[in-house]
Amino acid sequence: MQAVIKPLSEAKPASAPENLRDERYIEVADFSFFYGGKQALFNVTLDIPEKQVTAFIGPSGCGKTTLLRNLNRMNDLIDGIHHKGDILIKGNSIYDPEQEVISIRKRIGMVFQKSNPFPKSIYENVVYSLRVAGQKNKRHLDETVERSLKAAALWDEAKDRLHESALSLSGGQMQRLCIARAIANQPEILLMDEPCSALDPIATARIEELICELKANFTIVIVTHNMQQAARCSDRTAFMYLGKLIEVGSTAEMFEKPKEKQTEDYISGRFG
Amino acid sequence: MRAPRPQSHKTAGEPLVWLTSIGLSLGLLMILGLLAIIVVNGLRVFWPKRVIEVQFKERGSFSFMGTNRLAGEIVKEQRQIVQSVADNQADARELQFYLGNKDVYGLNFVYVSQSSIAEMRYPGNILVIERIEYGNAVGYPVALRPQNAPAIPASDPSFAQRLAALNREANERRERIEKIERTQIGKINARMTKLRLRQRAGPAAQAKQTRTEDEMKELQSRYEALAQSASALRQQQSAIELVYRLPTGQEHAIPIGNLVSFRYPNQLSLWQRAGWFAQNAWGFLADDPREANTEGGVFPAIFGTAVMTLIMSIAVVPFGVLAAIYLREYAKQGVFVRAVRIAVNNLAGVPSIVFGVFGLGFFVYFIGSTIDEFFFSSALPTPTFGTGAILWASLTLALMTVPVVIVATEEALTAVPRGMREGSLACGASKWQTIRRIILPSAVPGILTGLILAMARGAGEVAPLMLVGVVKLAPSLPLDAAWPFIHFERKFMHLGFHIYDLGFQSPDSEAAKPMVFATTLLLILLVVLLNLGAIVIRERIRRKYAMGAF
Repeated sequence: MQAVIKPLSEAKPASAPENLRDERYIEVADFSFFYGGKQALFNVTLDIPEKQVTAFIGPSGCGKTTLLRNLNRMNDLIDGIHHKGDILIKGNSIYDPEQEVISIRKRIGMVFQKSNPFPKSIYENVVYSLRVAGQKNKRHLDETVERSLKAAALWDEAKDRLHESALSLSGGQMQRLCIARAIANQPEILLMDEPCSALDPIATARIEELICELKANFTIVIVTHNMQQAARCSDRTAFMYLGKLIEVGSTAEMFEKPKEKQTEDYISGRFG
Repeated sequence: MRAPRPQSHKTAGEPLVWLTSIGLSLGLLMILGLLAIIVVNGLRVFWPKRVIEVQFKERGSFSFMGTNRLAGEIVKEQRQIVQSVADNQADARELQFYLGNKDVYGLNFVYVSQSSIAEMRYPGNILVIERIEYGNAVGYPVALRPQNAPAIPASDPSFAQRLAALNREANERRERIEKIERTQIGKINARMTKLRLRQRAGPAAQAKQTRTEDEMKELQSRYEALAQSASALRQQQSAIELVYRLPTGQEHAIPIGNLVSFRYPNQLSLWQRAGWFAQNAWGFLADDPREANTEGGVFPAIFGTAVMTLIMSIAVVPFGVLAAIYLREYAKQGVFVRAVRIAVNNLAGVPSIVFGVFGLGFFVYFIGSTIDEFFFSSALPTPTFGTGAILWASLTLALMTVPVVIVATEEALTAVPRGMREGSLACGASKWQTIRRIILPSAVPGILTGLILAMARGAGEVAPLMLVGVVKLAPSLPLDAAWPFIHFERKFMHLGFHIYDLGFQSPDSEAAKPMVFATTLLLILLVVLLNLGAIVIRERIRRKYAMGAF
């Protein structure tokens, strides 16, 4: 009952040439994470390559979202957390005390499970990261809005209503707006936390298409519950279970020939 | 087999719905009853009543001012409390009359037992005159008597028109006098006080001193010219007298300048009555009070209440919001923060008079005196800020209402969805940027709810104000055309205090009673109006952010 789901690698646009790609763009090195006394991640070691889509899969509560949110230190908001090990981006630790959290987050865009547009206009939503960075040049802002919305495949629908409230958009449009917002300031990395879990199949398909297009420019890490989704749009897949990284490898390999029994069981739907 | 009986009243807890609805209905009933009493009594004041002339029985035990008649408006009818021997009926009724003519009778109200009345009629030509002093006069018009011309008798067909024209002229003249005395002379006085203070401050250069003296002289002459024109106008005010005969027979004369208005109460049609009603209500809103506040309007009190509430709002919102932001967003949540929160909540329950005493000690005596010492030392020992003032009253109330704003703001901040914060932080915003650009705008409706509660509490508060700046009669408004337009150091009038003053401090509480109702109605309306303003703003913002969380 293996390999029911075939990765659609033929459909994907060309990713960055192999020789130029940094295979260890993000390094998670022996990383453990604790919410108070409860350990959520156990010695995770993982490399994430540049300009590829890496999917985290695994059953609920396995720590994939925790790991994702650690990549831009979003978990800092929670009281009583601590960690062991390190996470490096391009060789620099994100926990480097010399470096401000904000400057890390500026390089990393994030899309959340539940779309969270700000109660502002569509335009202001997109340029938010530029605004907080102090960008005032109107032309630059206008260009950014157009570029980001086009990249998020929302331009045609939104170009005539840029100054209407973002809350007037539909659910799928809102999520694409959040993607546009996340890529507006041209980050290097895009984190996506189950971006399609609240969307209907058509909106999901659009966003998956989008992910495939975006990976030409961004290093994408996506958490998903949806096995087909991982198979369809990721290059590499990491399977996590109970806070441990069980297996990581190219998506094709993983779905065709998983090395671990647990992975095989999960992918073929025998548990989780 | 028997069919199971339908279970009609078995749902657990269903009767409790009744109980809860009874609770709500009782509350609503009490509030509506209170409002109805206030509205009815408050509005009745302005309705022009008919005047009844009463003829007593020849051999009755009752007489009034040595005559057997009186005229007045019926105020109320009740069962006779003190029963005389003559009428030994079980439930004799008595009527309370409003007589007017207080200057002659020495009293405004009288009770008349119904059994002693022989005849009641509505004389068509009876006149009610609203005067500047002594309240209303009620009598029959006799003549208009110019100083050096033949009198025009009341039987003259043009009498009513003439009286109306003269009344109008006199009112215009009074306004002119007031303008001269208040605005123009007031300006000169202010300038002179300033110059005098400068002279007292110390010897200046010779040239400067002569310049000051010259200006003084010029001001003096201008003052005299103005005073002269005012007194000339004043003389015209008493050039013509209106002679009227009281129902009890005596004749009296009143200078035309002392007339505010007059009416023939028994000749008015319904529409005319409505016109009088509107005119009286408007006068109540727009005029200054007269005669120890029992007559005239309450405009300075309305104005003082509104200005005080606004200054309070301006002071309380930034304070409360900043405190709440720190408490909710920055402070490490723990025992200490929880203790602070409890303390803040308890602060809201401290009796308001305690805040008044604190305001007097801290704002007036400490801060006010210090300001005087540094900036207004030339005016000492007359205090400028070192005495009750609208600023100190507003700040005292702001202190009193700040817990309300803190609690409401904290709730509003908590209600901002977590996703919104995370979204902003993930965009590379700092915590402060997130608060400033995302959280605060979403929390504004909640903050405004807090402000509405604070205003409702602050505007109706009286006790602390009596210590820190409210007066029975303020000579000038806290806002006027003289630089710097808003005068924080002035004392002010307040509707809440006005109610207390009218109802419990006035020499004629019976006469002031209707005014108490009217003022209460007004205070409620003002608070409602201020709140409506805030609610409208809140709705606008809410629509802008399209959030229904509050």
